[in-house]
Amino acid sequence: MNAIGSSGKTAPAGDAVPALVVRGVSHHFGDKKVLDDVSLNVAQGAFVVLLGLNGAGKSTLFSLITRLYDNVSGEIIIRGFDVRRKPSLALQRLGVVFQSRTLDGDLSLLQNLKYHAALHGFSGADAAARAEQALGVVGLGERASERVRALSGGQARRVEIARSLMHRPDLLLLDEATVGLDIGSRESVVKIVRGLVETRRLGVLWATHLMDEVKSGDEVVVLHKGKVLYGGSVPGFLAKTGKTTVSEAFRAMTGTQGPLEEAA
Amino acid sequence: MMSTQVISANDADNAATADSVIRHEAARRLGLSGYFACFYGIVWREVLRYVHQRERFFSALVRPLIWLFIFAAGFRQTLGVSIIPPYESYVLYEEFIAPGLIGMILLFNAMQSSLSMVYDRETGAMRTLLVSPFPRSFLLISKLLGGVSVALLQVYAFLFVAWFWEIQPPIISEIKVFTMYDPPMWLAPIVGSIKEPIVHSLFGVPEFMQSYAGYITIVPALLFAGLMLGSLALFMSSVIKQLENFAGVMNFVIFPMFFASSALYPLWRIREASPLLYEVCRLNPFSYAVELIRFGFHGQIDTTSLLVVLGCTAVFLSAAIFAYNPSKGLIARRGGPGGAA
Repeated sequence: MNAIGSSGKTAPAGDAVPALVVRGVSHHFGDKKVLDDVSLNVAQGAFVVLLGLNGAGKSTLFSLITRLYDNVSGEIIIRGFDVRRKPSLALQRLGVVFQSRTLDGDLSLLQNLKYHAALHGFSGADAAARAEQALGVVGLGERASERVRALSGGQARRVEIARSLMHRPDLLLLDEATVGLDIGSRESVVKIVRGLVETRRLGVLWATHLMDEVKSGDEVVVLHKGKVLYGGSVPGFLAKTGKTTVSEAFRAMTGTQGPLEEAA
Repeated sequence: MMSTQVISANDADNAATADSVIRHEAARRLGLSGYFACFYGIVWREVLRYVHQRERFFSALVRPLIWLFIFAAGFRQTLGVSIIPPYESYVLYEEFIAPGLIGMILLFNAMQSSLSMVYDRETGAMRTLLVSPFPRSFLLISKLLGGVSVALLQVYAFLFVAWFWEIQPPIISEIKVFTMYDPPMWLAPIVGSIKEPIVHSLFGVPEFMQSYAGYITIVPALLFAGLMLGSLALFMSSVIKQLENFAGVMNFVIFPMFFASSALYPLWRIREASPLLYEVCRLNPFSYAVELIRFGFHGQIDTTSLLVVLGCTAVFLSAAIFAYNPSKGLIARRGGPGGAA
């Protein structure tokens, strides 16, 4: 975390400014503490997997990062902008793929994307060009005029990824993006997002409870019952727990019994 | 403690750096044209969605027409309507309830959009709206106006069909302001009363427009009434926890608001039946929405109704914006859309 500001004022806002910094965030709903002093970093060009079972606090953390409601303690900083103090600038740097489906089935792919462009202040030819380009990135450029209802689950997910890219964000949040998809669709979604990390240097925070989505070069943040139990590299995670696979390491660290998907 | 301070200072540098790079683009994007693009996009989506859902269009049209063709026809002989402002002659019962049915269209539309917001909130579509970098109050008001635009389409479809039923605006030669104010007894000492109507003439209407002017003068009334009901629905959408509660909305909001109002019967008739119910009707904001529309259709501005409708809009809208406020609102406290994870 100390490396955050090493570039100083003269450096361009390249990789030196992390895509996301969460520091000391706690959150309550009534008496229930759902997040307890959570801190994590997502650097530009990093693929960070937020591992946690359902109920671990992932969605609450996402709600705070997307400013559905404010964090009362700690800081959330997107690309140098505090979400609470400079929400507009912070949210402009942020692309989100929510867990639930959020496209209009009755509208076409292009209409859905144009609506999202409008939410970011783009209109006319600019919006259309961005939409076409984004659909190209996810390989659905030729289906722009079809209704979303006609798409498969995996294709709809790809449209949602395209949508989240239209305003050219620096940080991409994906909340259980592959849940409910077949293996082929899952692979294509993961491949697209990993490709974006490579080509665009996007910072990605990938929340999941599916352990097999973690690759050895990723960073892992383990969130369990509202607390961060581990944050760092995959080898470090395995070494710390003395296990050979991510799911074993996760089980050992969280004390979870049985199959993880079912436990979720 | 030391290290925390160092990080904070560095963050400030970073913010400044990022700021200088991003500022230019940000300024362009969130300028006036950006706001307009956003507003237009939200309204456009509402209308587009509506156009794509034909069954919604027809059900919205059929409901008031059933009231008009069947209910009103049946009641025509039983309920005589005396001459009360803005009417200058005896009118058929159908003509009397037309503004009430227009109010019903607005009411149902508002509540349906509130239902769709609860649904959106559950499915997450509301979250894609709220994650936009524009101020949340602006987003909510845009969404509200999108709903009102849809309601206007429905109202004009209804008026089109009603035209063949001879429900047409009167010939309007001038736009007037109508003021009469007879508040409930407990309120009268505070706000005073004007028991005899005062009518001011605002301006004349060109002769070629006089037969159709009512279709234009009704627009502001529809907008204000639509906004008031939409704000109420928006507020309710933040309070309703689950979609299934719409039956409750019907029973506890739509029906009481519609029946305890001047939509179906003149209020003096209700006073004869029950003074208490009469007072309830007069406390019902929907009565004022209906009267605003009734006068609007006759080229008149009813001052009392206008003030009440605007006042209620301000209150409901503030409540809705408060409820969706990320730091204080009801949603923040309760776990809100998506719920606690």
